[in-house]
Amino acid sequence: METFNALMHGFSVATTMGNLGWCFLGVVLSTAIGVLPGIGPALTVALLLPVTYGMEPASAFIMFAGIYYGAMYGGSTTSILLNTPGESASIVTALDGHAMARQGRGAQALATAAIGSFVAGTIATIALTFVAPLMVKLALLFGPADYFALMVLALTTVTAVLGNSLSRGLASLLFGLALGLVGIDLQTGQARFTLGIPELLDGIDVVVVAVGLFAVGETLFTLARHRYETEEIYALKGSKWMSREDWRRSWKPWLRGTALGFPIGALPAGGSEIPTFLSYLTEKRLSKNPEEFGKGAIEAVAGPEAANNASAAGVLAPLLALGLPTSATAAIMLAAFQQYGIQPGPTLFDKQPELVWGLIASLYIGNLMLLILNLPLVGVWVKVLTVPRPWLYAGILLFATMGAYTLNNNITDVVLLWIIGIIGFGMRCFSVPVAPCIVGLILGPLAEQQFRRALTISQGDATVFLTQPLSLSLLIIAALLVILPFILRRRRSAA
Amino acid sequence: MTDLTRRAFGVLLAGTAAAAMIPASARAEAMLSSLELLAPSSPGSGYDQLARAVQGVLQSKGLVSAVEVVNVAGGGGTVGLAQFVTTRPRKPTALIVGFALVGGVLSTQSAVTLKDVTPIARLMGDVDAIVVPASSDIKTLADLVAKLKENPGAVSWAGGSIGGVDHVTAGLFAKAAGVDPTAINYVVHAGGGEVLASVLGGHATVGISGYEEFRAQVDSGDLRALAVSGETRIEGVDVPTFKESGIDLAVQNWRGIVANPRMKDADRDALTAAIAEMVKSPEWAEALKTRGWIDSYQPADEFGAFLTEETTRIGQALKDAGVL
Repeated sequence: METFNALMHGFSVATTMGNLGWCFLGVVLSTAIGVLPGIGPALTVALLLPVTYGMEPASAFIMFAGIYYGAMYGGSTTSILLNTPGESASIVTALDGHAMARQGRGAQALATAAIGSFVAGTIATIALTFVAPLMVKLALLFGPADYFALMVLALTTVTAVLGNSLSRGLASLLFGLALGLVGIDLQTGQARFTLGIPELLDGIDVVVVAVGLFAVGETLFTLARHRYETEEIYALKGSKWMSREDWRRSWKPWLRGTALGFPIGALPAGGSEIPTFLSYLTEKRLSKNPEEFGKGAIEAVAGPEAANNASAAGVLAPLLALGLPTSATAAIMLAAFQQYGIQPGPTLFDKQPELVWGLIASLYIGNLMLLILNLPLVGVWVKVLTVPRPWLYAGILLFATMGAYTLNNNITDVVLLWIIGIIGFGMRCFSVPVAPCIVGLILGPLAEQQFRRALTISQGDATVFLTQPLSLSLLIIAALLVILPFILRRRRSAA
Repeated sequence: MTDLTRRAFGVLLAGTAAAAMIPASARAEAMLSSLELLAPSSPGSGYDQLARAVQGVLQSKGLVSAVEVVNVAGGGGTVGLAQFVTTRPRKPTALIVGFALVGGVLSTQSAVTLKDVTPIARLMGDVDAIVVPASSDIKTLADLVAKLKENPGAVSWAGGSIGGVDHVTAGLFAKAAGVDPTAINYVVHAGGGEVLASVLGGHATVGISGYEEFRAQVDSGDLRALAVSGETRIEGVDVPTFKESGIDLAVQNWRGIVANPRMKDADRDALTAAIAEMVKSPEWAEALKTRGWIDSYQPADEFGAFLTEETTRIGQALKDAGVL
């Protein structure tokens, strides 16, 4: 009850006309910057925070909230429309989201992403309100061995995106894992496969590879076949609203995505991509028509987008309860909080209730604002797809190239983008799926770090993965996920 | 065209008005109108935070009218450094450097080093702390030393990247305590947040990172700080230094600002003056305080000498730890 009263007071502060105006401004600015190529949430927030300096704390927080959720959302728009994910958390969205756009269902994809983000954001903010401290206590139980097991579990996602040919899928996965080895090895500080190029020391950016394989490779492939094929219609087919069927197929993935996203987001080393992978896997396994996945299944947009947004709220749990920034964006938010004398940590909720509840109330409102802004914008965004084909392709390539440069203000990334784009074109020609490569590239390095960390701490004792209950159960689930479909298939064919 | 002329006229007018208001002494040194500040790491990192703090104060004090922060991450800062030194600047540019960059240059054997830049000033510092979970049986630094001497591998250290201040401090600490620095079980984490999580969860024996990362948990009693790495105690923090605990060692993390070697003399003087003015302002003092940074300002020549010393010391520490 006390929590509730505190929250209500927070709302009364946040909902003055002026504050709502700031919130709206935050959402508009961050959505606009978020869709620019190569500008991920962290940079968006870093660019916009100075705008809030010198404001009243209450106004500043509500604007932060708008900026935070807006920046998280911006990336999915380009994923769906242009197959150009702006940050790693919206890579999974591109798989089916862009396929939907090509079928003239871009509006529905954008709508399910926007509404899913709203639903997930709201539920996750409620969870943040009531269970943040408990959540964080549980999250701390995760040790390196458990993280490794979680990564292995996420790696089973690859079984959902392998495609028809096992060998081609595995080749793509191994290519991704190999790319993930490039760069300085954290535990020893030694450079691996960097060919003496300093820009490769930090490894190859996932976004460069995703955009290279998806946007550049795919575009080159379509161009190469342009004259042999009749034009597909990209633009809007039928209504721009979600049909009853779309709603029916979306609501469960939203909820499941939220359930995955929030707790994993709250894990100090959970990462924003893992819940999106797991959500994709879950939806495909539970779907009655798994064959639609990869070809424009709305569940595959609804689930991962909800997971992505819920994990963004989950990140705030350790940030507020421990003062522990678990993502670059969170680190920037932390610095901003400190500007206003908020010292996140175990005593925050007791010491500065007004500020915290004001912030949490702002998050609810920011989330709602985002939906109000983005739903009407759907109609505008899909117009992009009516641009004549040659211009659209040229636009995608330009957008992708600019994005690769903006990522790190570095020409090496642009060169890499095009090398990977050409490889992606080759993969597409030989029907090698590109998604396993991305899964391998993201999860490989994470899993390796945690694996080695676990072994370093245990001084080389490998049983550490099997003696911890958390790690063991995650590994068993992962094994079942891989083996069960085989057994089921065998049984079905036997019957 | 008319629009442009009108704007130019406006700028001129404003410029004249401003010039008229500046006292004669200040007018002698031309002000920088724009500055590009390169942070050799990603948004949210330590270099980035310093860059944005400097940006905020320089702009709000009107010392430089437009400051732009650019992030170039990679290779422990060496990618940013190389890009800073090798590209021809179109406008005045400065780079944020620090302890980790010195280590990064050495451990990546970067072709471009800090000898290739012009020091402007050291700006801030912070000290590391060694912490254990409240439930740990290690009560004092002496307990830790005893444990290390018994079996260095059994004590796992959660800390930041190889060659960074946490790693170097851990190595120097071992050496000063009479333990082989190559034998310590140092587990690299990506940043102070992960270190904190690892120690709080009891996954690593001890954590080593900037004191600010741990402050809230030390205050709440979830963590016990065994010692801080600085020469003196942190103001208002009841944690002994290494020296007080009988380990003859002091390490401080620091960050500063350097200029492009090709910067025009007039611009460099203007930047030096602007920074010297900035560090005297109450806004800067406030910026340091909110972030828990120590004011460790050093002007250009002292900072230059310090850089040389520090490079030698960090290089030796990395050799002792078996990294180089």
